[in-house]
Amino acid sequence: MEIKSPAFKENARIALHDVNLQKALGNLKAGFPVKRSTAVARMPEFDQLRDEGTALKNHILENLDIYLEQFEANVIKNGGHVHWCRTPDDACKKILEICKEVDAKTVTKGKSMVSEEINLNDYLEKNGVEPIETDLGEYILQLRGDHPSHIIAPAIHLNLEDVSEIFHEKHNRPKSSDPAVLMQEAREMLREKFAGADVGITGANFLVAETGSTIIVTNEGNGDLTQTLPKTHIVVTSIEKVVPTLEDMTLFLRLLARSATGQEFTVYNTLSTGPRRAEDQDGPENFHVVLVDNGRSEMVGTEFQDMLRCIRCSACMNHCPVYGAVGGHSYGWVYPGPMGSVLTPQMVGIENAGLLPNASTFCGKCESVCPVRIPLPKLMRHWREDEFAKHLSPKAVRWGIGGWAFFAKRPALYRLLAVSSNLFLRLMAGKKGRIKKIPMAGGWTDWRDMPAPSGKTFMSQYKSRKQS
Amino acid sequence: MSKAEILGNIRRGLKRGEASEEQKQAVLNRINQHARNLIPQRSQLSHAGQIELFIAMATEAAAELFQLNSITEVPQICATWLKDHHIDTLVTASDEAILGLDWDSAAELTCVQRVAQVGDSASLTTSFAGIAETGTLMLHSGKDSPTTLNFLPDNHFVILNRSDIVGPYEDAWQKLRDKTQGELPRTVNMITGPSRSADIEQTLQMGAHGPKDLIILLIND
Amino acid sequence: MLASEKPIQVGLFVTCLVDMFRPSIGFATIKLLENAGCNVTVPEAQTCCGQPAFNSGDKKTTQDIARQTITAFDGFEYVVGPSGSCIGMLHQYVDLFDDTDPWKARAEDLRNRAFEITSFLVDVIDFDSMLASYEGNVTYHDSCAGLRELGVKQQPRKLLANVANLSLTEMEDAETCCGFGGTFCVKYPEISNRMVENKSANVQVSGATTLLGGDLGCLLNMAGKLKRQGHKIETRHIVEVLAGMTDEPAIGDSAYELGQPA
Repeated sequence: MEIKSPAFKENARIALHDVNLQKALGNLKAGFPVKRSTAVARMPEFDQLRDEGTALKNHILENLDIYLEQFEANVIKNGGHVHWCRTPDDACKKILEICKEVDAKTVTKGKSMVSEEINLNDYLEKNGVEPIETDLGEYILQLRGDHPSHIIAPAIHLNLEDVSEIFHEKHNRPKSSDPAVLMQEAREMLREKFAGADVGITGANFLVAETGSTIIVTNEGNGDLTQTLPKTHIVVTSIEKVVPTLEDMTLFLRLLARSATGQEFTVYNTLSTGPRRAEDQDGPENFHVVLVDNGRSEMVGTEFQDMLRCIRCSACMNHCPVYGAVGGHSYGWVYPGPMGSVLTPQMVGIENAGLLPNASTFCGKCESVCPVRIPLPKLMRHWREDEFAKHLSPKAVRWGIGGWAFFAKRPALYRLLAVSSNLFLRLMAGKKGRIKKIPMAGGWTDWRDMPAPSGKTFMSQYKSRKQS
Repeated sequence: MSKAEILGNIRRGLKRGEASEEQKQAVLNRINQHARNLIPQRSQLSHAGQIELFIAMATEAAAELFQLNSITEVPQICATWLKDHHIDTLVTASDEAILGLDWDSAAELTCVQRVAQVGDSASLTTSFAGIAETGTLMLHSGKDSPTTLNFLPDNHFVILNRSDIVGPYEDAWQKLRDKTQGELPRTVNMITGPSRSADIEQTLQMGAHGPKDLIILLIND
Repeated sequence: MLASEKPIQVGLFVTCLVDMFRPSIGFATIKLLENAGCNVTVPEAQTCCGQPAFNSGDKKTTQDIARQTITAFDGFEYVVGPSGSCIGMLHQYVDLFDDTDPWKARAEDLRNRAFEITSFLVDVIDFDSMLASYEGNVTYHDSCAGLRELGVKQQPRKLLANVANLSLTEMEDAETCCGFGGTFCVKYPEISNRMVENKSANVQVSGATTLLGGDLGCLLNMAGKLKRQGHKIETRHIVEVLAGMTDEPAIGDSAYELGQPA
């Protein structure tokens, strides 16, 4: 996928003026946060579960190599295959190779953000394999040639009319604006695709080291049809998803559903453990796990290690006022919102994605809802430090900070600067309490007045009061 | 090679080489203990309380639920429900409990035992456990229970014995390990209500790709 | 406070915005602290808490300013400021130094002594006998750093409950960021503007005639928006109300425009 993160500001400007997008984003605000808070209120132990989940993820990361090898050994024991892929390219090639082995023409796909990350669909298409997205949101996007703008609600940027139009165009059926009818249409269209696919590709929410199982969590049941009907099931996933046991997986399932959609439990939580057994009547004959790294292993032991705790629930973006204002596409790559602002620079380079970790007021709402307590603002700040250290931050910022710091580190000079700035602003305001336009400060005064100082600086007034 | 590089990176980050035997053993021990994390109070009830909670939570998740005094009532209730929905064929699993049912009372209904196919309207399976905490059914694959029956038909009837209801998920895992000597079946399905999606304008619609109706037949065994 | 007790020695962290834009907040803070039996000193060597550098990724400058601030407030029993954001920054100095650095221990010591004003009054010295009166229906914006870094939520409300004649109406999304974010508001002005527009709308819907908050940065942002939109709603820092010092025009208003003698 083309990286459009360097155009974040321009993307955001367009998004803010996109009436349809703003309408769609309104649905998000009224939905997920309210549902999450209701679900959390019904689970008095929720914060304790968060603490345990955080500690458990930390334990896993400290032993990540051991758990991954244990997981691999158990997949193989069950008759499956594990493929380790450092780069998106490695992963795409391996997946294509598996598809070619079984002479695949079409593959059905369950929702997978890792597959977006490695840009799998484009690669398969270019190489003669047709990928068919089966998650309703992803299906709508594929018909439109669009990409997800949210990690669990991929089509959140669209309105009913958009879906209605594209279905009418692609399905060759009468136009309907009834969501129930549209969903039924997608159901019917995809039925034969499920049955006719040669390979089913899903992601995984967790990998269980104890049993060599992968688990997917879905509400639609598309993932289950994707992985049960074709002869070959490929799980494309990433290395940080391993957990020790079924009990440990359960802890995260309790956190995930409530943090994500605010459900008590997602409708389908499905474990896959190897290919079909000799006595089974259905299920895939081949089971492959493609373990993608793509920069994750390099985060271990760094200030970004905490990010590897992420369970992809989307609570951070659902509660983020910046995401809520500009939507996911503005971020310009696969992962939007606060978690994306930390992950994207790791995966596409800080030189391409520096605007993302800067696009935060550090309001801390994301961290306050994160089920595994990732200090997202702190991690975004680490990227800013990295950017500053590499001299990538804009000159205006560097000079501004440099000039300000010169005074801030010298209290006596700072007093003089404060007194003169204070006087300047008061003169500008005249008899009014505020200023309509300040040269060089258009970022502020284009949108709001600048309240004028109400008198001399505190320090000068305090001094004269003490003297008198 | 990718594997070596990935593991190498991780180990470099952890400031160590390959883990010592001791470290590996510690991880294995942790796995083998199957230690439970915090289990919410909600499901820690008497068995009667767990049954009540299961019914409430499953119903909240939009499952239909019928309480039957005996498994012998299954054919009749299926037949009535299917007749109301103008469905004349039921695809069933082939476990003993189902094979033992007497379908004479449901003469208009055609019952077949096979895997599910596109176009099937209804299926009937048993379940391994009911989890009270969230009204969740646990089913698993096996020679008598094809997985496609759980997902492909439009309507899914599930037989659940009251005695198979447990409180938290953890009890179901233990029950499963006890049954299968620790070897997991190819697939384990935890199902909580019928299929749904909110992908169109965040408005919940029931019946996306999986069953549109999930009908739990709770047997007083 | 009992007369026999020695007064509590408090160093006032003025904050650079209060120094520059609204000294009355500093004086109101002093008045509240003195009413509560504290002896307040304003160290000369303070400037800014260092957030502009910290949030721009300039760690070295932040460390320099942290050391300067730590030194300036050596010896005070408590360090109190009228801002959750700046006091929150003082708490974060701890993360700037390695464990082996002697400044780390000094930063920890400062963190243990540094409090936002409403939290100090309620949580530390349990002082709530406000003698103030304020005629009006107010709403309270929870500034992010105070709320999430320092746990300031009930304290301002508890204190406001003791102000005579004041009624508080909570607005929708009181805990949602106003879009100020320090340098954020000039780096991403359009996004910041959308956030403050949302805030302004919520303030208006609440029906309040006065908007209160505990951080001048956010208050300048919100007052600036309300004024630009032509609203009559007054914006003030909570300490002005608590100290009964509301004679001065509200933020962004002027005596001249209000027809008062300057």
